[in-house]
Amino acid sequence: MEVDQLQRSFLEYSRLLFHEGFLDGQFSQLQLLQDESNPDFVLEVVSLFFEDSERLLNDLTIALDQQNVDFKKLDAHVHQFKGSSSSIGAQRVKNVCIAFRNLCDEQNAEGCLRCLQQVKQEYLLVKTKLEALLRLEQQIVAAGGAIPMLNEFC
Amino acid sequence: MELCNCIEPPWPADELLMKYQYISDFFIALAYFSIPLELIYFVKKSAVFPYRWVLVQFGAFIVLCGATHLINLWTFTMHTRTVAVVMTSAKILTAVVSCATALMLVHIIPDLLSVKTRELFLKNKAAELDREMGLIRTQEETGRHVRMLTHEIRSTLDRHTILKTTLVELGRTLGLEECALWMPTRTGLELHLSYTLRHQNPVGFTVPIQLPVINQVFNTSHAVKISPNSPVARLRPAGKYMPGEVVAVRVPLLHLSNFQIHDWPELSTKRYALMVLMLPSDSARQWHVHELELVEVVADQVAVALSHAAILEESMRARDLLMEQNVALDLARREAETAVRARNDFLAVMNHEMRTPMHAIIALSSLLQETELTPEQRLMVETILKSSNILATLINDVLDLSRLEDGSLQLEIGTFSLHSLFREALNLIKPVASVKKLYVTLSLSPDLPEYAVGDEKRLMQVVLNVVGNAVKFTKEGGISISAFVAKSESLRDPRAPDFFPIPSDNHFYLRVEVKDTGSGVNPQDTPKLFMKFVQSQPLAAKNSSGSGLGLAICKRFVNLMEGHIRIESEGLGRGSTAIFIVKLGIPGRSNESKLSFIHKGPANQVKPNFSGLKVVVVDDNSVGRMVTRGLLVHLGCDVLAIASGDECIRVVTHEHKVVFLDVTMPGTDSFEVAVRIHEKFAKRPDRPIIVALTGNTDRTTRENCLRVGMAGVILKPVSVDKMRSVLSDLLEHGYLVESQ
Repeated sequence: MEVDQLQRSFLEYSRLLFHEGFLDGQFSQLQLLQDESNPDFVLEVVSLFFEDSERLLNDLTIALDQQNVDFKKLDAHVHQFKGSSSSIGAQRVKNVCIAFRNLCDEQNAEGCLRCLQQVKQEYLLVKTKLEALLRLEQQIVAAGGAIPMLNEFC
Repeated sequence: MELCNCIEPPWPADELLMKYQYISDFFIALAYFSIPLELIYFVKKSAVFPYRWVLVQFGAFIVLCGATHLINLWTFTMHTRTVAVVMTSAKILTAVVSCATALMLVHIIPDLLSVKTRELFLKNKAAELDREMGLIRTQEETGRHVRMLTHEIRSTLDRHTILKTTLVELGRTLGLEECALWMPTRTGLELHLSYTLRHQNPVGFTVPIQLPVINQVFNTSHAVKISPNSPVARLRPAGKYMPGEVVAVRVPLLHLSNFQIHDWPELSTKRYALMVLMLPSDSARQWHVHELELVEVVADQVAVALSHAAILEESMRARDLLMEQNVALDLARREAETAVRARNDFLAVMNHEMRTPMHAIIALSSLLQETELTPEQRLMVETILKSSNILATLINDVLDLSRLEDGSLQLEIGTFSLHSLFREALNLIKPVASVKKLYVTLSLSPDLPEYAVGDEKRLMQVVLNVVGNAVKFTKEGGISISAFVAKSESLRDPRAPDFFPIPSDNHFYLRVEVKDTGSGVNPQDTPKLFMKFVQSQPLAAKNSSGSGLGLAICKRFVNLMEGHIRIESEGLGRGSTAIFIVKLGIPGRSNESKLSFIHKGPANQVKPNFSGLKVVVVDDNSVGRMVTRGLLVHLGCDVLAIASGDECIRVVTHEHKVVFLDVTMPGTDSFEVAVRIHEKFAKRPDRPIIVALTGNTDRTTRENCLRVGMAGVILKPVSVDKMRSVLSDLLEHGYLVESQ
């Protein structure tokens, strides 16, 4: 029964995350890729995402700190960030990145700064939530249950 | 004189007188001697004579008297002394005996006299017995008459015959002058002369029932003598003769309801008929007791016979009624069958006739949509399409529902993929939900079999209907669909008391819950939702596009699938959950001899075998690279993940079948990379297929990709199914059949 409860909490939490737009369908695709031959796929990808993101955010902060902001480089970084966040399904982060890119095109330093803050915020939010979700997953696995699939959505 | 002791007779020998005396004495002696002889002779003849001793005495007396007289004969002439002595002794003896006899007779004669009286007495008795015998014989005759009468009466079940026979037989047996039967009228207030024996009288006489004489008769079960002048007895025109005695008796009219199963019928019926019997006038005959008894018995028998006749009449009438009803029912049934057949024919024809133009409309509108249209035109075409789809659905619904109600609908069983069914349902509902900005989530339990045996089309219909309803009634928030395999504990649901699932090896029960955050339903209304044509609330106009048949049809489909469906809601505004359970077969373990795989969706083959397929993934984004790699590994490929285009050119070999190249890598001209790869394998026929991965959908990127010889373009992020179909396309055709 405990497993059932855990699974239900996991599902509820996932639903919540999807509902609030933190995650999108890509994340469930990632979950699909997790199987017996690849039991920690999601964990690996998420950890990689965290690493990547921290690095990128760092780079972005440095880039925007410059006197003369190199918008091209900024754009490149943001592009990367957008890519990884969309690969993992972090929807809100991706959306902010898209806005960020537009601001880079406009060469709007102020806007970019604000956007960076926003990106950081969103990233931190999604990070906390992903960590909580992964903890739930680990609990389920520890209790001997299977992780319920949450497939597509809109 | 000589010495003779002679005695001289006392008187002179007068010769004449002497002679007469002499003769008389002789005859007396003769008589006296013959009497005992006669006596002896006759006594000997008769067996019984109690006084033998008397006889002997009398005989002796007589004999002695005779002897005396005989001896007297000798005394007429000169006789010796001896003779005189003998004579004297004889006389003395005679005297003694006669005295004794006389004394004896004093005792005997009263006895003899009493014999005579007894004889008289016995004769009287005999006469009396004779008389009684005569009486008994008469009674026996009467009894025989009664039996015969009863037999006659009971041998028919016709009321009229019964009564007529009664009167005739009674008249005959008792020698009646007139016999009549008065029956109570319908109102019960009068007696009506129904039958008479002799007259074809005007049978229209009525007599009020409350006459004292009638009451007197009705109050007793015996036959009562009544006055010939009473109104019921005045049946013959008053003649100059003395009318004979009249007797009346009541005849109970028993009803069917009087006969209880185990009781005798109660005679508190209060309905009696009156039978009046008249002896012949001037006959001085009187009613005898036995005749009265006969009359009473007959009256009872008549009552029973009449009630039997009544029962028979009732049952005949009931039988006739039943036969009529049967005929009518048969006719009605045949009419109903004809009507049903006519309706089905009509529906079939109308269905076809209606569908053909509908198809034309829908098809052509869809085609029209594909052409270049102005926004207004597009809007119009979309409206046309939407309306025609609704109409088509309605037609289908109505036909289905009527077939469902007949029971003539049968499920089309086949094997299908559960997962793709749900995904397709999801895909169909996504656009509608996203327009309303609702989220839709689908969660399939891991132990849900991938394939199942059942009616895929109808199950899809149910799912779509339920999900569609959820979307329709939700304004904000979203829907979540979850599908599980129902375990036996959760199968028996206290909220579905009529549902008795029986788990077995060949089947499993699929449980689907669709939860929405919508307007909810009043818990009291939940049962009505599944009734035809019932819309639970007055709906906001535009979105209420339903005939109200949807849930009714769902319920019938679910029932056909041996399942159960219900909707739960905590109340208005608190969302609702639709739960249904259906029974599906497990493929391979059920009796299907041929598996018919009907796949809709991306994969047309069961599981395309990509195992060991060598591919290369080129992406500078580490996360993206990892994800794409994971995807391909999941599909069974042998993946080489490269971070840069140059490295790719270096490491790619002829063993790699596909190269997935990200064309949005900044600082790299992926198109050039593609060209260089092609140059590397220019001469070889088995050069790897290059596919572009991109986040952009614009035309220029596509054109550029195709220009450099890439087999196709895939939009990131890629789903598993998409990747699968891409790979199969590539392997089958060498290029992407439909690239996105």
